[in-house]
Amino acid sequence: MSLTPFARVDESTGSERASRRPRRLGRFVLPTYSWLVIAYLVFPIAVMIVYSFNRVISGLQLVSFAWNGFTFQWYEQWRSIPGLTSAFWLSIRLALVSTVIATALGTLLAIALVRYRGSKFRGKGGIEQILFLNIAAPEIVMGASLLGIFVTFNIARGFLTLVLAHVMFSIAYVTVTVRARLAGFDVSLEEASYDLGASPLGTFRLVTLPLIMPGVLAGALMAFALSIDDFVTSNFVSGSSVPFPVWVYGASRVGTPPQVFVFGTVIFSVGIVFALLSLGLSKKRA
Amino acid sequence: MDEGRYARRIQYEMTDGQVNTVNHSDGPTGDAGTDGAKVNVRLEHVTKTFDDVPAVDDLNLKINEGEFFSLLGPSGCGKTTTLRMIGGFEEPTSGRIMLGGRDVTYMAPYHRDVNTVFQSYALFPHLDVFENIAFGLRRRKVDKAEVRRRVGAILEVVDLPDFERRRVNQLSGGQQQRIALARALVNEPKLLLLDEPMSALDAKLRHQMQIELKSIQSRVGITFLYVTHDQEEAMTMSDRLVVMRQGRIEGIGSPKDVYDNPSTEFVATFLGASNLLTGEVARRDGSVTTIDLTNGSTLSVPTSRLPDQLTSTTVKVGVRPEKISIVAANATVGPNQNSLRGRVRVSTFTGVGNQYLVEMASGADITVYAQNIGEELAPRSGDEVLLSWPVEHTFAVRPMESGLSGEESES
Repeated sequence: MSLTPFARVDESTGSERASRRPRRLGRFVLPTYSWLVIAYLVFPIAVMIVYSFNRVISGLQLVSFAWNGFTFQWYEQWRSIPGLTSAFWLSIRLALVSTVIATALGTLLAIALVRYRGSKFRGKGGIEQILFLNIAAPEIVMGASLLGIFVTFNIARGFLTLVLAHVMFSIAYVTVTVRARLAGFDVSLEEASYDLGASPLGTFRLVTLPLIMPGVLAGALMAFALSIDDFVTSNFVSGSSVPFPVWVYGASRVGTPPQVFVFGTVIFSVGIVFALLSLGLSKKRA
Repeated sequence: MDEGRYARRIQYEMTDGQVNTVNHSDGPTGDAGTDGAKVNVRLEHVTKTFDDVPAVDDLNLKINEGEFFSLLGPSGCGKTTTLRMIGGFEEPTSGRIMLGGRDVTYMAPYHRDVNTVFQSYALFPHLDVFENIAFGLRRRKVDKAEVRRRVGAILEVVDLPDFERRRVNQLSGGQQQRIALARALVNEPKLLLLDEPMSALDAKLRHQMQIELKSIQSRVGITFLYVTHDQEEAMTMSDRLVVMRQGRIEGIGSPKDVYDNPSTEFVATFLGASNLLTGEVARRDGSVTTIDLTNGSTLSVPTSRLPDQLTSTTVKVGVRPEKISIVAANATVGPNQNSLRGRVRVSTFTGVGNQYLVEMASGADITVYAQNIGEELAPRSGDEVLLSWPVEHTFAVRPMESGLSGEESES
């Protein structure tokens, strides 16, 4: 892009040839670079998708990275490994529950942070710092300390501790996303709602929530994505309930069954669909 | 034609009383205001301070039923705070707000029979025009067929039929303003508050909307309380207005009263242009008081137009630029006229008239505005002239306290 102004200078002073070359080059530099970055990002996912269709010829039904031919076998037999299937459903349940809780709490926190300041909300700056710390802190530290807390207070590790942990690390992301949406919110819209006879609760339901909904949905999507593939924290606090990433990690030490790629591909596809829907929605609302 | 329909509908609801029993009937203690009209809104010693700084300072005000009333003043004068207290968006620090005989000082905005047209219009962007207008009716559980009918009728009133399914962000500024007006009016409130609703419109549209707003108001008969910093706007539309400064009322009355007989120096300069000359009260001869100007001339002022409580004999004598006739220096002046001599310094042709800056012997300038009626020979700059105007068009005000004269500097 920075080549363009120089090219213009050339054009006005000198020969046409000299001016055209850098411009033509410049036109390709950025797009090429962009596609390379995208390829870099997508490559591992592409490998997973491609090898979810790979035939296995050895006796053990484990992933091998030699191409043995195309098959739908693993999609047809997606439920054939009981531990993997139950781990997958556990992860889905866990993600749904923690997303709902984290989105509700995070949204309310975002509203409080945007609406109240000064003497109405002492310690607001501290809360903002903690939110940032929560995002920036290494997960391994949080996972280890959470385990410490649960052991100290003798809380049995399982679904409950998983939900507590996932809600905890998701809230900050929801809050940050919703707060960005609230930043440009015209408070007189809420006043207009009161003015027309809506109670504070009615105003929240009829005016505030619909208007910040794209932000709330984006936050929820983020929370869901964080939860469904969380390994580090979950590994510490899962106990006897094994979610999908923890199961995959355990299995990979022996060898990965191809069904893992099937689940991975499905999770990715569903994620893509939701991301596109969210994008479309926020475009429409904007 | 839809005027009649609308009026009839209000009539219907008054007698039926089903939708809004409080509406359009004064409360039990409804009392008589000026001219025997019913008082709709009453502010009693209303004060509002923000961090110990008074925004509204001991305000007393009565607004009559069906009146188009304006709060006029520069930014920071407390007019918007006053409006917000009546709407219920701010609580007074002290004092009382009565609406139709009912004390609403601390009542939540969603319980008040008041609707507001916001400066930003505050239309709900996620709802279409119909749902925006129906919002208030739905909150009051008006039945569906009735909602349809009333939304349709009010869209006729604001002259935007067939706009029901438009999205709000597809509308122009002027259309948004009409929808904001419709959304408030459809509830047939006891009082409609308008917070500088014209400020986002361009000059031409603003002028057109002023006339239309006034005609809608007289059609629906609802009390309008209009806040503006635009003196022309306030004068065009209002039945009565107040001029506010620093949280206090500086002048109140009909636009003509306040304009022709300003009560303070601030009103004289804020509302239109005034020529103000400092002088001392010399003597009172019955209905006329003579004032000696510091430049040596003498002017007469009707005694009734002297400020009520004079703390000193120093006053400022004023006359509006359009009240002055400008004639050749050797002309004679009739009885009951004030006159001053000077030399034309600047003469400007504005199309509809001529504006002159006439320099007195003392060095002070007097502005004169003469309408372009195409007869007399206009004086040119450098000409010696005689300025004259009827005594009854002369007023006197107390000089503004020097400490407060820079009142535009509040922030």
